[in-house]
Amino acid sequence: MATTVTGDLRTQAAHAHAEPTGLWSWITTVDHKRIGILYGASAFMFFLIGGLEALLLRIQLGRPDNTFLSPDAYNQLFTMHGTTMIFLAVMPLSAMFFNFFIPLLIGARDVAFPRLNAFSYWVFILGGLFLNASFLFHAAPNAGWFGYANLTSTQYSPGLNIDFWMIGLQILGIASLAAAVNFFVTVLNLRAPGMKLMRMPMFVWMSFITQALLLLAFPVITVALILLMFDRFFGTHFYVPSAGGDPILWQHLFWIFGHPEVYILILPAFGIVSEVLPVFSRKPLFGYAAMVFSGAFIAFLGFGVWSHHMFSTGMGPIADTVFSLSTMLIAIPTGVKIFNWIGTIWGGSIQLKTPMYFALGFIAMFIMGGLSGVMHASPPADLQQTDTYFIVAHFHYVLFGGSIFALTSGAYYWWPKMFGRMLDEKIGKIHFWLMLIGFNLTFFPMHFAGLLGMPRRVYTYSAETGLTWLNQLETVGALVLFLAIAAFLYNILKAWAGPRNAPADPWNGATLEWAIPSPPQPFNFAEIPVVHSRDPLWELKRERGGPLPEPARVSGAGIHMPNPSFWPALTACGVAAMLIGVMLLPKLGPWGIIAGGALLLFGVFNWAFEPA
Amino acid sequence: MHQRNSALRRHLGWAPLCALLTATLAACTDPAYTQNTLNPRGDFARMVDHVFLTTVWWAALAFVLVEGALLYAVFRFKGRPDDPEPKQIHGNTTVEIIWTIIPALILAMIAVPTVRAIFKTYEVPVGPDVTEIEVIGHQWWWEFRYPKAGVVTAGEMHVPMGQPVALRMTTQDVLHSFWVPQFAGKRDVFPNRNNVLWFRAEVTGNFSGQCAEFCGIEHGRMGYRLVSESPADFDKYIKGLQATAPPGSATMRMVSSAAPATPVQVSTSGATVPQQKARGDTAAASVQAAPAAPAAPSDPLVAQGEKLFTMKGCIGCHSLDATKPTGIGPNLANVGSRTYIAAGMLPNTDENLARWISNAQAVKPGVLMPNLMLKPDEAKALVAYLRTHK
Repeated sequence: MATTVTGDLRTQAAHAHAEPTGLWSWITTVDHKRIGILYGASAFMFFLIGGLEALLLRIQLGRPDNTFLSPDAYNQLFTMHGTTMIFLAVMPLSAMFFNFFIPLLIGARDVAFPRLNAFSYWVFILGGLFLNASFLFHAAPNAGWFGYANLTSTQYSPGLNIDFWMIGLQILGIASLAAAVNFFVTVLNLRAPGMKLMRMPMFVWMSFITQALLLLAFPVITVALILLMFDRFFGTHFYVPSAGGDPILWQHLFWIFGHPEVYILILPAFGIVSEVLPVFSRKPLFGYAAMVFSGAFIAFLGFGVWSHHMFSTGMGPIADTVFSLSTMLIAIPTGVKIFNWIGTIWGGSIQLKTPMYFALGFIAMFIMGGLSGVMHASPPADLQQTDTYFIVAHFHYVLFGGSIFALTSGAYYWWPKMFGRMLDEKIGKIHFWLMLIGFNLTFFPMHFAGLLGMPRRVYTYSAETGLTWLNQLETVGALVLFLAIAAFLYNILKAWAGPRNAPADPWNGATLEWAIPSPPQPFNFAEIPVVHSRDPLWELKRERGGPLPEPARVSGAGIHMPNPSFWPALTACGVAAMLIGVMLLPKLGPWGIIAGGALLLFGVFNWAFEPA
Repeated sequence: MHQRNSALRRHLGWAPLCALLTATLAACTDPAYTQNTLNPRGDFARMVDHVFLTTVWWAALAFVLVEGALLYAVFRFKGRPDDPEPKQIHGNTTVEIIWTIIPALILAMIAVPTVRAIFKTYEVPVGPDVTEIEVIGHQWWWEFRYPKAGVVTAGEMHVPMGQPVALRMTTQDVLHSFWVPQFAGKRDVFPNRNNVLWFRAEVTGNFSGQCAEFCGIEHGRMGYRLVSESPADFDKYIKGLQATAPPGSATMRMVSSAAPATPVQVSTSGATVPQQKARGDTAAASVQAAPAAPAAPSDPLVAQGEKLFTMKGCIGCHSLDATKPTGIGPNLANVGSRTYIAAGMLPNTDENLARWISNAQAVKPGVLMPNLMLKPDEAKALVAYLRTHK
């Protein structure tokens, strides 16, 4: 009798925390790790789409006077390339790491609001799919990712293109804001005992600062887009000059969001690299406090430099001077970060594994992006450089050489923890070299193309300009980048087909996630760890005098985890439907909005009264 | 040029890399690049280039030191998995303070010349010797007005070499950015507002420039030519434009109506296409402009072309009188002598002109000029007629 009872208990416990399977389990999941994987898979898909768009652009520019793409197709593709890479690739790839690793790094069992987390993801994916659905209507957005007024007014852009862009970005903004609230609270409230703020891993710190930036920057773009929506749908004139509106209002609002957005894209990358470098140098991060404060300082200054995107608008000498100096000031904390990274590897025992290759590549490329940034912090120089390929080169060194290299480093570093499978080192290094060479071949010549007279966002150029050879080099570079991504895909597929045998701690890690099995169990930690230092796992291993034994998978009986829920996904559909209803006003009248609103209310009501 | 070379020579003590950079920069001044910002031909662009080169030298220094330190560290501290644990260092306050201060000092070296130059960029020259030009952006071509002379032209901006030129710039529709790569920099143009740019051309010649702010489907082909010529030639050019006015009409009329910066007022709904309103204005102007054509063309081909210019509706958008501002299409008063047509895209040959007027949509998809369905002989006649307007 007694054995029967314990047996029942055991199966019950095992049932409670068994890995759920099937499509429905993914739609209803509230597990931060599974949501992280959903973010990662979706973002990687969008990254491939955005990359293909870029490849088409490069093919068009591979020859002067080329007719491979029509002007309108080119304008749609460059707009969607920028919008996709920023909102649908780099931001959600960072979100993948926030989701999967913030709880693990701070010793928590989930995020503060697991269902809100699922809601964020579903809103994000609906927004991304909606934006890309515009291609089906031959009406992809075509006024640039920055959508300057008054080109976006109904007068000059009467089609659906701008509507898709405006509504799509609004939907994505809701996802970002909800996620930011969630992670902000998670970091503040769910840290393991003993993990003071100044003991948090640097990735958590940089992610935390990123959430603050999201919370402050996204409301501004939301307002700017609402004004645009009113102009386009309800006949207001916020940006219409003939009725007393002013297109420059859009520029100020957009860049008050847009410049912090750049740091939203790069700070998580800083965090990833700050985790990878110490582990593969076997030496703690150099100047931890300086790293925290420089990150916070960059974020703070990021709100005071927006007009450096607008030096050519003629703001007058005083404004030019102020924004120029504040921009130069940002180079100081950024320099501190670079020096501290070099200080971290200096005197270390550098283990050249793939994650380390990408982290070092990140530093080397980011330095170049930073230096070209200082060049156009000078308004007179910027009067030549702005809106040329020099700027295209600069921000690709920051966002590709910076963010994408760091995110790739993070992917190789954390892959075994996420999937329990190791990525191949040899293919990883081929991937690295192809990417480094392809990247530089594509983007380094752009500095010269810009200085030698190539403006941005032009669908073609004439051979007379002498710019053909530079453009051809860039196109060849884009093809090499294509091969680099193919190598990465091959590596992923190979690992997928291979055994699920990654150890818990393959790299001699310093942080908590390496103490638990790969991949982690649904409840993460059988017991919540107590933290005594910045590198808790190294401390533990030092005390033991050697590596930790492979952690056992346990039943987790008695650990309360939130139940799966369908309501976040349904509520997300309501939100998306409501906003898409705005676009359908001319067709459906208010009924689209009302139906979406009803769905939203139904979802929220059931969400609120769902048993925990 | 010699000014920069001597500046370069002073820095040459540094390292072979400087020599390499110098060689690269020297290659960059190659006139083969028609919009080369590193090959300034005007005082404004030269000042900007100087500030830029200051940043380049400091950036090059920082690049060599920091990338060098990174590479050195990677090779010097490469370890094996079985190596003993390296010394655990958490930071070093002195070092951290030093590497916060050094970048600050370098930035100060860049900031001082920057701020000086910022103020200079806004010092627009004034005085009797200044040639004022009103630059007006249109989707997708540039209009140039010389208010003192009371003339207007399009696609080709003439300036007198050695004399200060002040540009007052605005737009008739969406935002554009007027870029003069070898003479100045660029400034965005806004509706209802004048932005300024100035320069003094140092050489004569024919140069290219183009719009730098994305402005719609044909942004990539919104170019123009800049012709710098001796003051005497420039005077002749302006007189030639004034002479396109029909005999007896008041040539200077345009000056009185000169707030040309005022864009077309659109009805408050914001939905009215401005062209419709503009078309009305232009049509009125064009009716008056019609007699501007040579009074009695002796060549029958030209005579046929003159008829076609009215019959095919060209006259609805294009004026042939340089003393009257136009609303929708570029003024064609001196189209016969321009070096390029179609907003700086095509050299002004008979063949290109025929191709353009026959099927503009095939040359530039989306451009506002409609396809006129001309037969080859009609195109020939129109080209012959337009050629007489120089």
